[in-house]
Amino acid sequence: MRQLASEKTTHPVLIFWIIAGWVGFFLLPWYGVEEFFAFEWLLDGYPFDTDYAPAAFLIGQGEKLWLAPMFVALLAPLWVIKKRKTDPLYAKVLILAGAFGFGWLIVQGFSIGIRGWNFDWAEAVFGDLGDRQFGMGYGALICASAFLFLFTQGIAARGAINGDVFVVSAIGGVIVIVTAFVFFPIAKMLTAAFITEEGGYSASVFAAKFFDDRLWGLGCLSGGRCGVAWNSLFLAVLVGLITTVLGLIFALVVTRSGFRYKRALRALTVLPIITPPFVIGLALILLFGLSGSVTVFFSDVFGIQPTRWLYGLPGVLIAQTLAFTPIAFLVLIGVVEGVSPSMEEAAQTLRASKWQVFKTVSLPLMRPGLANAFLLGFIESMADFGNPLVLGGNFDVLSTEIFFAIVGAQYDQGKAAVLAMVLLCFTLGAFYAQRFWLGKKSYTTVSGKGDSGVHPHMPRALSLPVLALAMIWAGFTAVVYLMIFYGSVVELWGVNNTLTFKHYITAFSFRLEEGGIRWSGAAWDSFWTTLKIAAIAAPLTAIVGLITAYLLTRQTFAGKNAFEFGTMLSFAIPGTVIGVSYILAFNVPPIEITGTGIILVVSFIFRNMPVGVRAGIASMSQLDKSLDESSLTLGANSWETFRRIILPLLRPAILAALVYSFVRAMTAISAVIFLVSAEYDMATSYIIGRVENNDYGLAIAYSTTLIFVMLSVVALMQVIVGRTEIGRRMTQSRTNV
Amino acid sequence: MSINSKAAPVSFRSVTKIYGKDVVAVDDINLEIEAGKLVTLLGPSGCGKTTTLRMIAGLEMASKGSIHIGDRDVTLLPATDRDVSMVFQSYALFPHMTVMENVSYGLGFSGFDKSETRDRAAQGLDLVGLKGYGDRLPSELSGGQQQRVAVARALVLEPQVLLFDEPLSNLDAKLRRQVREEIREIQQNLGLTVVYVTHDQEEALAVSDEIVVMRNAGIAQIGTPRQLYDAPADRFVADFIGEANIIPCEITNVTGETASIRVDDFLHTLPARGLGQGAAMLAVRPTRLKLGAEAGMHMEISKATYVGSRMEYTLNAGFGQIFAVSENVDAPLGVGESVIVGLDAIGPVLLPAV
Repeated sequence: MRQLASEKTTHPVLIFWIIAGWVGFFLLPWYGVEEFFAFEWLLDGYPFDTDYAPAAFLIGQGEKLWLAPMFVALLAPLWVIKKRKTDPLYAKVLILAGAFGFGWLIVQGFSIGIRGWNFDWAEAVFGDLGDRQFGMGYGALICASAFLFLFTQGIAARGAINGDVFVVSAIGGVIVIVTAFVFFPIAKMLTAAFITEEGGYSASVFAAKFFDDRLWGLGCLSGGRCGVAWNSLFLAVLVGLITTVLGLIFALVVTRSGFRYKRALRALTVLPIITPPFVIGLALILLFGLSGSVTVFFSDVFGIQPTRWLYGLPGVLIAQTLAFTPIAFLVLIGVVEGVSPSMEEAAQTLRASKWQVFKTVSLPLMRPGLANAFLLGFIESMADFGNPLVLGGNFDVLSTEIFFAIVGAQYDQGKAAVLAMVLLCFTLGAFYAQRFWLGKKSYTTVSGKGDSGVHPHMPRALSLPVLALAMIWAGFTAVVYLMIFYGSVVELWGVNNTLTFKHYITAFSFRLEEGGIRWSGAAWDSFWTTLKIAAIAAPLTAIVGLITAYLLTRQTFAGKNAFEFGTMLSFAIPGTVIGVSYILAFNVPPIEITGTGIILVVSFIFRNMPVGVRAGIASMSQLDKSLDESSLTLGANSWETFRRIILPLLRPAILAALVYSFVRAMTAISAVIFLVSAEYDMATSYIIGRVENNDYGLAIAYSTTLIFVMLSVVALMQVIVGRTEIGRRMTQSRTNV
Repeated sequence: MSINSKAAPVSFRSVTKIYGKDVVAVDDINLEIEAGKLVTLLGPSGCGKTTTLRMIAGLEMASKGSIHIGDRDVTLLPATDRDVSMVFQSYALFPHMTVMENVSYGLGFSGFDKSETRDRAAQGLDLVGLKGYGDRLPSELSGGQQQRVAVARALVLEPQVLLFDEPLSNLDAKLRRQVREEIREIQQNLGLTVVYVTHDQEEALAVSDEIVVMRNAGIAQIGTPRQLYDAPADRFVADFIGEANIIPCEITNVTGETASIRVDDFLHTLPARGLGQGAAMLAVRPTRLKLGAEAGMHMEISKATYVGSRMEYTLNAGFGQIFAVSENVDAPLGVGESVIVGLDAIGPVLLPAV
């Protein structure tokens, strides 16, 4: 007879979290400690020094007494530790203790800051506090987690999700971290838009900034300059259209033509993943800039005066099209392949010609995919920061404008917040359109039964121009990438074209000395930081992404739609917006992490989480649900099922998510540029800094190195994933109710 | 040590399952399943049979009512905590584990130590005739073998109830008969309580101690295969279990247990089954019609099909068309011939008019 979980009187998970709570309260420093893992604080007056003291020691010394009530919430669960889960008291005590502890921790954190009370009314009611507190540290973090999971265990014991502790806790955990690191900063940013210079709130301040002519002006219609919002919108629509068309062309060549080098074309899809976004811009400067090869060639041969035509809309448009076409290609290749061959074959047997089949069956079935690719290109273009910065010239877009509002001489947080809101509205609008318009129009043509047919080739009249365009664009892309490499080994582009490894030596030189290697190159610091941060962020991203995907595909619970929307939302939030909102939100207690490596890690987790979620959802929906169910009926609980059935079967997806988030963390720039500090500089922001100093050689050499590093990471993953693939013969089950 | 049975009865008391707000999958059913019996849930798709099965497993939770297994109320227990195993339609073998690991999987959670787990798993495989296949991956087995692994995996836990969700639907026709007999044999040898879902009435008749016919989220009739076939409660059951011709008739007179009926001008007597005078329906299996009888209904042959072992006829009568089979293949009747169709003494049953 199986032992019943509901009748057990020992609860290891409960005991674990009670102990964790006590450790957080009695052992770990409550407030943030710089260089925590150096453990110097252990020798520096711990546990009595108020900077390093755990909460209990602070209270013991009569300090920060407002932390004391949490002790009650830590004590209460001990009361039910021997009770049965079915005992109503068990649930009640845990829910109350968890909710009270967590709530109190949040409330005190927000009410009391570095200048005492944060709210005037609190000061009016309770009087001057005469004390203050800094950002929370590991003690507070562990305590908060303990309260949260005590609470979720209470909820589970009351019977939510069949009393499943793992699922309830996972839902609770994801909700809390997404709220803390996506919704909270965005909300903080929105309020910042209303703050006047004196610190009060005013709608007119917002209105003045929002209706600024620089934002919405229509001067370009009469020969002047348009507002940045229009610039961004116009650019994004163009990029979306062009990348979709080019992506479709590539997808058609790969799946529906006799073209021989399809594998080489498919390799194109790897490019945007491993290329820092602004590198394309750099290469374009090498080609078409004032001293670019093409420009020089034309002025030498035809006597055409070199101009700065590249700097502005044309340059940014070309760069973004080059950068994002592979993304559209990646999306559309799935869509084009997803059109069931038997539909096309059916149309052929119904006497449609190749052209008619393409026009009346294939293309309409691809329509949702095309819209999807357009929206992706639109969002990517809106969010792109590197290319407009490098190539924009006088053509300002929202993302760069935000950057200059916050780092430039004008330093205007309110303006940055308003601009970020406009940008957010555009991308959220696109995101919303994608979900609610396309969501209902799914032409999923995969029927579950094996389709043995082959895709018919394109009609000739279509295939020739398509092939030609694809070749031209692929050739252009190849030239651009060659330029990047070539540019890195040239002394000074356009002036002195001798070959040299000088830039690599400046960036990556090292000496062997006594006691080890001395990394003397200029780039090493940021390079190691980047590797470290990316390596920490990648597994965390994968974990959060996969757990979220598991909840979304395998569990049903109240509010699941809102949950899904919330977790996918950060996909639509441009990096610049994340960057701005993070500095606004995390510069002051209770969460004070600007200038640390933590804020970089956190921003990467939530920037890249949607990718992990999508990858997880895609591969989990290929696993028959009966696998989980049979594990459950065999006596495993949902945690065991997740660990022993789902995770092993998802190993390829996990590796992909890991590598992807690692690589994205290395190439990201838009959020990073706001969050780096002298101590934690990232490779991309270092390179941008070099570009701004016109030190192109070093910048390009560094970029090339990054590309090769990431190429080898991706290649390594291909090898590993290839090996772990498990032969499985999954029989598609019919659902019958 | 051997694999035993801890068979327990299952009882549904006014159980209702509602999906979302108002999709009623199972509507207020009461059901008692005896220990050690093989009970089949049979019905067309969408009738609620799979939902009922999944509620026994704990994969779906009842919206109303209570479910008991043995002497325990399990209504609120999730699948993990119920002593029930299930064999899935898709078998749901874990593709990344060997056959042995698959069969041992559940034992690990049931408190068996390593050597005991190994012994039991080996025994389970032995029981389904797969000794020596332990090191293979599921993908290296045929469909029938995978099916047996799934059965072994469920059996070794000695569950109080063993559930089968259309276990034969992924097998080809020949294998079906064999596997179905094996399942029945194991069930009878070990004395297991088995609940079995199928939409194939022949399969249900062949394996079951008792059949629960379901329709529109409710129970249409419960009975032994013989009861259902020979004495269907209504038109739906008569038509779903085997084929039946439904002929409108009139009960002219009831004396004791016997009713006299009239179809057109043909008179017949048969058990009344509690019906009174007035309109009624007569359900007759195609095999229970006697073509060329001395007394009977006058009909005309509209189609005649030779299918090897017998003849199949479609006949036109005053009340509509009926379907009949005849063993006489040597002297078949031709299309357009008139024929008198009589009724067998046993077989035809009276049903209420509606």
